[in-house]
Amino acid sequence: MHEIFLDELKKLNTQFMEMGVFVNDQIDQATRAFVDHDKKTAQSMVDNEEKIPTESIDIQKKALKLMALQQPVATDFRVVISILKATTDLERIGENAMSIALETIRVKGNPRIPEVEEIISNMTHNVRHMLIQILTAYVQDDEKMAREVASRDGVIDHDYVRARKLIVDGIEDDPSRAVASSSYFVVTRLLERIGDHIVNLASWVVYKTTGELEELTNPSETKTI
Amino acid sequence: MQQELKQSYVKTFAKDDLELSTKDLSVLYGGKVQKLFDASLQFKKNTITALIGASGSGKSTFLRSLNRMNDRVATVNGEIWFHGLDVNKPNINVYELRKNIGMVFQRPNPFPKSIRENIVYALKADGQTNKNELDKIVEESLRAAALWDEVKDKLDKSALALSGGQQQRLCIARALAVKPEVLLLDEPASALDPVSTSKLEDTLKQLRSKYTMIMVTHNMQQASRISDYTAFFHLGHVIEYNSTADIFTNPKGKITEEYIQGSFG
Repeated sequence: MHEIFLDELKKLNTQFMEMGVFVNDQIDQATRAFVDHDKKTAQSMVDNEEKIPTESIDIQKKALKLMALQQPVATDFRVVISILKATTDLERIGENAMSIALETIRVKGNPRIPEVEEIISNMTHNVRHMLIQILTAYVQDDEKMAREVASRDGVIDHDYVRARKLIVDGIEDDPSRAVASSSYFVVTRLLERIGDHIVNLASWVVYKTTGELEELTNPSETKTI
Repeated sequence: MQQELKQSYVKTFAKDDLELSTKDLSVLYGGKVQKLFDASLQFKKNTITALIGASGSGKSTFLRSLNRMNDRVATVNGEIWFHGLDVNKPNINVYELRKNIGMVFQRPNPFPKSIRENIVYALKADGQTNKNELDKIVEESLRAAALWDEVKDKLDKSALALSGGQQQRLCIARALAVKPEVLLLDEPASALDPVSTSKLEDTLKQLRSKYTMIMVTHNMQQASRISDYTAFFHLGHVIEYNSTADIFTNPKGKITEEYIQGSFG
């Protein structure tokens, strides 16, 4: 009985990890396309926009089936619940990446603010690194790594605030940049949201590992739900 | 093996909340085969506690010791505290004790008498003859056991004509008739189909407001559905005792986890 469960769980875990890696690539493609004004790549992403939600539904259906048929308890229960909840956050991250692609297609005008684009590249690098690390923490049941990754959301938030100021300054310097700059606002906001979803993923790693439900913000603000 | 038998956590309660407790309870069969080792557990008033563990883990032995059912079967050492008395002392009147700590067994065992007679049998034996009073107790007990509506028109029919689930609820009603404070239940639903099991569980949940219940079960889902606290026994030792929510979502002991997950051994 338990062997059957573990076998199904292993498949589910693999599918979850594959979805995580795919979502991570989507963030990279979307932000690269945005910075390079590569509407073709962005359009090809949008053309495949159903892939992530379809994958998410499939994982959730399998997790629910496991819950109903195998009635897991203890660690087994926490693993299945974590997959269910974390899959939703992965899906949201995928949606945010897709919104960046849509913004790339929508953007008008060409004036650039190089400093903002540098921040966008930095934020992208950081959220992607955080996502890969949180998936590693998930596989390795590494609570400490999950908390460390969550604490790095502060860097993303800081970059977001810095970017907003630079965008406003840039528009003040040259008002003709206003239309194009609105996309900078959107994209940096989406990257900031991706950071928040990674923090949620970290919370699910902590729950899966320890059984404690916590809302992770940063180390000084961590509170128990 | 020593590691396996290490106690991971045993919950305790404030003294005022206690209904029943044991201290270092040990049971030996034939004077030498020890089946229970120093079990110290506290049971909170108006709660359902599930005792879980593999066959031979000592949970039924423990349960049966609580109202002295192991007298003349085994040697029970240690203390069982109820109403400020150690009821494991030899000078205790066990018949009085069993009025206060009733028992329902694995298989429904109604007397081969009418439904009414099943309920009033012990009361009559105790000298109660007032018909109105006895009728009142019959109705109250059957209502408490959620059986009244199903049998009120056939109280003088044989109890053996009832379904297995109804018979088990009749046994609960019979136990309630003598107004106990604690009900011990030894796998009360193991011989019942899912519908009867569900009715029995609903009955137990309703009884919780008036009685304290301690139940041996092999059904993990049943333990998690209806109990407030769960104690896990292994090879005669209490390994873990905590709220049912904690035991089933975040057990402290590895062996507890393996048992409830079904990956034991």
